[in-house]
Amino acid sequence: MAIIKVKNLYKIYGKHPDKALKMLEEGHSKEKILSDIGQTVGLNNISFEVEPGEAFVVMGLSGSGKSTLIRCLNRLIDPTSGSIIINGKDITKMTKKELNELRRQKISMVFQSFAVFPHKTVLENAAYGLKIMGISQGEREKKAYEALEMVGLKGWEDFLPSKLSGGMQQRVGLARALATEPEILLMDEAFSALDPLIRKEMQTELLELQENMKKTIIFITHDLDEALRIGDRIALMKEGEIVQVGTPEEIMMSPATDYVKKFVEDVDRSRVLTAEMIMKKPSTVVIYPKDGPRIALHRMEESGISSIFVIDKQNCLLGLVMAEDALHAIEKNEKSLEKIIRKDIPTVLPETLLKEMFSLLTGKNLPLAVVDDSHKFKGIVLRGTVMAKLAGGIASD
Amino acid sequence: MIEFVIPLADWINAIFEEVSFYLSPVLRSSSVLLESIIKQFENILIWPPEVVVMAIVGIIVWKLTNYRLAIFAVLGFLISYSIGVWEETMSTIALALSGTAVSLLFGIPLGIIASQSNVAERIIRPVLDFMQTLPSFVYLIPAVMFFGMGKVAALVATMIFAMPPAVRLTNLGIREVSKEMVEAAQAFGSSRWQTLIDIQLPLALPTIMAGVNQCIMMALAMTVIASMIGAGGLGMVVLRSMQTLDIGMGAVGGLSIVILAILLDRLTENISKKQKEQKNTH
Repeated sequence: MAIIKVKNLYKIYGKHPDKALKMLEEGHSKEKILSDIGQTVGLNNISFEVEPGEAFVVMGLSGSGKSTLIRCLNRLIDPTSGSIIINGKDITKMTKKELNELRRQKISMVFQSFAVFPHKTVLENAAYGLKIMGISQGEREKKAYEALEMVGLKGWEDFLPSKLSGGMQQRVGLARALATEPEILLMDEAFSALDPLIRKEMQTELLELQENMKKTIIFITHDLDEALRIGDRIALMKEGEIVQVGTPEEIMMSPATDYVKKFVEDVDRSRVLTAEMIMKKPSTVVIYPKDGPRIALHRMEESGISSIFVIDKQNCLLGLVMAEDALHAIEKNEKSLEKIIRKDIPTVLPETLLKEMFSLLTGKNLPLAVVDDSHKFKGIVLRGTVMAKLAGGIASD
Repeated sequence: MIEFVIPLADWINAIFEEVSFYLSPVLRSSSVLLESIIKQFENILIWPPEVVVMAIVGIIVWKLTNYRLAIFAVLGFLISYSIGVWEETMSTIALALSGTAVSLLFGIPLGIIASQSNVAERIIRPVLDFMQTLPSFVYLIPAVMFFGMGKVAALVATMIFAMPPAVRLTNLGIREVSKEMVEAAQAFGSSRWQTLIDIQLPLALPTIMAGVNQCIMMALAMTVIASMIGAGGLGMVVLRSMQTLDIGMGAVGGLSIVILAILLDRLTENISKKQKEQKNTH
């Protein structure tokens, strides 16, 4: 069951939202609505669902409506029409009191400008949400300490935020959001104000935290690299509409519109593409050890290759057999492959990034084996494929 | 020339006569109480030996701000004492501070209300403009009509004159708190009241303190004018010197007022500065 269901959400800025909605229904463009009745369409018929534990990234340029959208999810901005169902309850129909309860218990937010309170210490900041929940001072300080430790700010509890760097201030913002143990974390361009190195570091830490927490995260960004890195799924927004929703792979490999394609073109592929995305299915180039050197050589001749991977019955990778070794074995009349399997071959994990594969590929003409954590053989990556993908060959598949 | 003039003056006179007829007894009896409170405050300052008052003021100023201002305070008081206007100075302090207290008592809550609602702001603002631009002599007369000559009428006049900056700057300070701060508070489920107490007011404090400073300075200025309706104090010294063309006497009164003004101004300024420093040395 989806934890967040957004359906036909509209946000109109101006004094006559009803007229604008009607014009949208009649199929008029946003430009016409603005010029005819002076109403600005902020969000135009947004629908999507987010599963529990998912990191859902909303990405778009400034003015695309992404900040409006995330503020609708905790009603810092009231949508004009449509429904937002969180845990089965439509929050657009909630009273102020119910809404405050929801914000205290279920949803917290991290801001682009950090928005840490300058007159409160780091600890008081982290404990803020708990204070609003009405938790006793001792209890909330204990939880705030834990949250601060989680984001790596141990020892800074008694400082004022002004003494901290931007990255550290945002850690305070993150600790404040995590301390209330919400189910949903809204992150509004949380890392955009940080310089690139710190930003990268924070992304990594968020991913590590998420590994354990498995919170539902709505992450807003204008940076596609960041979106691809963090998102389980990504929604691309343009002028108040969602253009495409999909996994990073889907967005990269099959952009729905020219607009998305343009976006994707600028991405540094080596940082985004993983072994899993570009590997070939290993069916024709694998044999079992009991097959013997003759069969191995035969398969190689069939496929026109000079080496072949060997796996066991459980699909675990045993190693690689080279054509010349197989020939020797046949000459010596060996029945088994055991002796000629090369075990010290380079392997990569499915999530290994393209750029991390370069060093393994240089100079050698052997394919890379992709194996998962339990050493199951998943596929192979060829040198040629890597180069083609780097050159931007989306269409080559 | 216009033949027909709207008799606004007559109308207002009629209204005031009516109102004061019914209200005066109530107001005058309550003014007796207020008067005695201010008198008590004044007595506390006048009754002890001058040296003791100077020492206590010096210590308080030192604790609140720094030793330099404390030295200035003691020296200033010493001058007022030695030029023979000690009692008048104390009386002026008592009235100015009472006036400030009453102005803040009403001004800050009004400023908070104005900051919370645009409608309230639209109503309060023209009233403040009115209070600030109306020549003070215009409301000195009705004040006397309602409360009789003396310190209470002066207090009311002081309130009218000194309250607007407190209201304005409280309103401004709260509205100036960045949107992100308020959003952050709301995003964690803070009620309006929680946001106000825990976030907006502390962050608006420097601006509110500037309002307090303004309020004190204007209260002090008004106590001088209010001497004409029997407020006494240093204003009385100045007024008497004007009536008798005694330039020297006027200078004595004027000097004491200036010393008092500088002291009160620096005091409030330094208090807010010190608060900031304490925050930063955390």
